Amino acid sequence: MPDTDREKETPLWEVFVQEAGAEAHQHAGSIHATDAELALQNARDVFARRETIKSIWVVPSHAITSSQPEDEPALFDAASDKIYRHPQFYKTEKASDND
Amino acid sequence: MVEGHFGRTTRIRAMSEEQRTKDFLSRIDAKETIEPKEWMPERYREQLVRMMSQHAHSEIVGMLPEGNWITRAPSLRRKIALIAKVQDEAGHGHYIYSAVETLGVSREEVYRKLLDGSAKYSHIFNYPTTSWADIGMIGWLVDGAAIINQTMLARCSYGPYARAMLRICKEENFHKKQGMEIVSRLCRGTAAQKAMAQESFDRWWWPTLMMFGLPDEKSKNTAELMQFGIKLRSNDELRQRFIDMNVKQAQEFGLTIPDPDLYFDEDSGHWQIGPIPWEEFFEVLKGNGPCNRERLDAKIRAHEEGRWVREAASAFAEKRAKRRAKQ
Ligand SMILES: [Fe+2]
Ligand SMILES: [Fe+2]
Repeated sequence: MPDTDREKETPLWEVFVQEAGAEAHQHAGSIHATDAELALQNARDVFARRETIKSIWVVPSHAITSSQPEDEPALFDAASDKIYRHPQFYKTEKASDND
Repeated sequence: MVEGHFGRTTRIRAMSEEQRTKDFLSRIDAKETIEPKEWMPERYREQLVRMMSQHAHSEIVGMLPEGNWITRAPSLRRKIALIAKVQDEAGHGHYIYSAVETLGVSREEVYRKLLDGSAKYSHIFNYPTTSWADIGMIGWLVDGAAIINQTMLARCSYGPYARAMLRICKEENFHKKQGMEIVSRLCRGTAAQKAMAQESFDRWWWPTLMMFGLPDEKSKNTAELMQFGIKLRSNDELRQRFIDMNVKQAQEFGLTIPDPDLYFDEDSGHWQIGPIPWEEFFEVLKGNGPCNRERLDAKIRAHEEGRWVREAASAFAEKRAKRRAKQ
């Protein structure tokens, strides 16, 4: 292995695939590619070789903004004290099947 | 009080690291999944990088012994199956490299360690494939062992690794079945075909049993990996599952197991094997297996010969980006 081998790291892309019948695209993994067209081709070869896939998205990994684990309690507080957000909070005359 | 103050800060910091580790381990015990951005002990990260890199490299190097038979597969049916299987293994390598990158190591760095010999891959791929029957044995036994291991890993504590394993498990059954079909046909064939299958089985049986790693009391990583929820079963437990499953299978094929000490233990309900020839395993790990040099050379050559493709793709992307910027 020659140590002149210090190749540029090829950009990283996140891959999202939509399976036939499924409702939304789902994160499948990541691949490396020099541009978007190759990224799509590589994503197809790696993640859509077998399954019945309807659509693929590739997104440059650096373009994704993510929440941080330490933010999570504040961001994702289920607000269970806000009972007015649930249908059970509201009363009608009849305890009908709409309850 | 300066000294005391200093001492106290250090202790608080040390305790908080200890407390964090404690909290982490209780999350593991509660079967929670750990995700890339979450805090993890450095040892957990190191163990995952080591184990996942080895696993990915095994998928990649594992293409070589089987690729050896693509041009000589005995029929078109066998050839398309083998090509598809070898392509799947490349995909498996990519799934796992992608998962290991979530731990903050670059793919180039991980791959460089395979090429410079500092990272390991499964010892099993350092054995040659000298007959067509070997392709059957690899699918049945080697992929069979991989399935047992990967089914466990699909429930491991690290999210990206577990998800990569789920993807892989979906594809492995075809690998095992196509191998078993080859073995089954040979065993029901001519005397020469049966002999070919037996000769091949004799060579693969013991090395595949070694794939599960050293016995529990000798394995230096197992205890820690189990504490971290990366492994959920010990090497010996997995090996025993493989033995019980395949002794019966070998008998159905009409193959003789190359182990004079093998017997069924009524009390435990398990097949008991004779001593595993671990000296051979250590030799292969040290680099003295039949094909270690050949495998690594093939990967280095492929990397060198593919260099112009990577360079051309980069140059093309740059040129196109410039042209687009002008428009
Ligand atoms: Fe595989
Ligand atoms: Fe496989």
